[in-house]
Amino acid sequence: MCGIVGLFAKDAALEAELGAHLATMLASLGDRGPDSAGFAVYAPPIGDATKLTLRGPAGYDFAALAAGLRGRLAGTIGIQPRGTHAVLAVPPAEEATARAALATLAPELVVVGAGHRMELYKEVGAPAEVARQFDLAHMQGSHGIGHTRMATESAVTTDGAHPYSTGPDQCLVHNGSLSNHNAIRRELRRLGYGFATENDTEVAAVYLTAKLHDGLSLQAALQGSLHDLDGFYTFVVGTETGFAVLRDPIACKPAVMAETDRFVAFGTEYRALADLPGIEQARVWEPEPATVYQWDRRRDLRA
Amino acid sequence: MTQRAFARVIDLEQVSVRELNQALHDLGPDSNATSWQVLHPRGRHALAVGVDADLTIEIDGHAGYYCAGMNQRATLIVRGNVGVGVAENMMSGFVHVHGDASQAAGATARGGMLVIDGNAAARCGISLKGADIVVKGSVGHMSAFMAQAGTLVVLGDAGDSLGDSIYEAHLYVRGTVAGLGADCIEKPFADRHRAELHAKLQQAGLAGQVEVAAFRRYGSARQLYHFHVDHADAY
Repeated sequence: MCGIVGLFAKDAALEAELGAHLATMLASLGDRGPDSAGFAVYAPPIGDATKLTLRGPAGYDFAALAAGLRGRLAGTIGIQPRGTHAVLAVPPAEEATARAALATLAPELVVVGAGHRMELYKEVGAPAEVARQFDLAHMQGSHGIGHTRMATESAVTTDGAHPYSTGPDQCLVHNGSLSNHNAIRRELRRLGYGFATENDTEVAAVYLTAKLHDGLSLQAALQGSLHDLDGFYTFVVGTETGFAVLRDPIACKPAVMAETDRFVAFGTEYRALADLPGIEQARVWEPEPATVYQWDRRRDLRA
Repeated sequence: MTQRAFARVIDLEQVSVRELNQALHDLGPDSNATSWQVLHPRGRHALAVGVDADLTIEIDGHAGYYCAGMNQRATLIVRGNVGVGVAENMMSGFVHVHGDASQAAGATARGGMLVIDGNAAARCGISLKGADIVVKGSVGHMSAFMAQAGTLVVLGDAGDSLGDSIYEAHLYVRGTVAGLGADCIEKPFADRHRAELHAKLQQAGLAGQVEVAAFRRYGSARQLYHFHVDHADAY
């Protein structure tokens, strides 16, 4: 099971509604993944700041944390709490200092994502409720991906929820299970990459991060995963400007896509797409197995 | 275009799928309500499943999984796409999908005809047991896997491993075949096969539109499903 949704705006006017559509899509696949849910939204940048999405215990005082950080970091610091998470905006040059300060000042916090645009939220619970907790319906963004999880390979925890982000502005959601993740994890560890969990999906995320770090395009990195990753998977991947979909060659896991002049959308089932504006006129198709589909804002945003 | 009159119109924004299916199951043999329309399917699963009556049901939009599963006698028209397993285990009747079908279309179907105007994804006609499937577009990989009886007619192309481990189903493909599965071979086209293909195309409403001679026929080499000690390595 598990459900995946993704939405990429080709029309800048759709960006204001992105969160509302993504919330509806996520809720529609609640019964495919009632254990936990998560989403990443590529929201408007905050100047040139690096956004660190932090996750804390319920009721955590993020404002006090920001006050504590201001003495330790140069430049402007911003904080935007959302439920159990908050987006901390820091000058890009201060990211490493900020991470070190967080580890000292607030060891109970987890940095779940970092980037210029990406914000990432995930929690245990019914997907509709998770979307509500974070007020996804009022978020804006150029693209976003979400996941509803029925756990198979690891426990029902927030760490086990998707998306996984293992590089700047990179995130991945996965429907399926990988069978050679231990071997790939060992290899990636040898290359110096760290892992926060024992989850198979995190291995796919780090695999792509490593390939992108090596200079491969997203297209080429996903193409490589067809050779290197064994198991069942449908991946939906976000980067700062890109949105991509890949199904394994066997393609057991269902997938539907829709495209109009205004958006590209992905859903594990058509139900997730049924409320999108103009869906009746959309081109709706099932993505081919072992085929990388990719869109990029630099290329596909309508003038 | 004149508006067709339906005996019953079911709006799935107003009633549940379970109520729809129950109403279809409750129809007596003498019912006059023989034409139904289903509105706002929105990809919902299990629409018109288990129908056993001489009805015509039109679904006005995209359907989800297992639409028309176990159908007997009824004619189903889907004005949209269908999800996984359309007409799964159909026994008789006629199912016509105007759009595309997802995986495992017509899986295990024993009788009746499934016509798909668009493409069908992977595993179309898997374990087919006697029904006839006509796909006007192309079919995905592993189609007709272990198909036992019935016909699969593809006007477009077939994906990899067509007819893997096939028994006695008859496969007719007009376009290219990416690859044949284990024990599936191209077979000679005899007059009786031409007659069979012609009859299926006619039944699908394609009489005179498609040239029978443009197809190639595939089926079982019969080397795999009878145990033969010389082939022990292949099992």
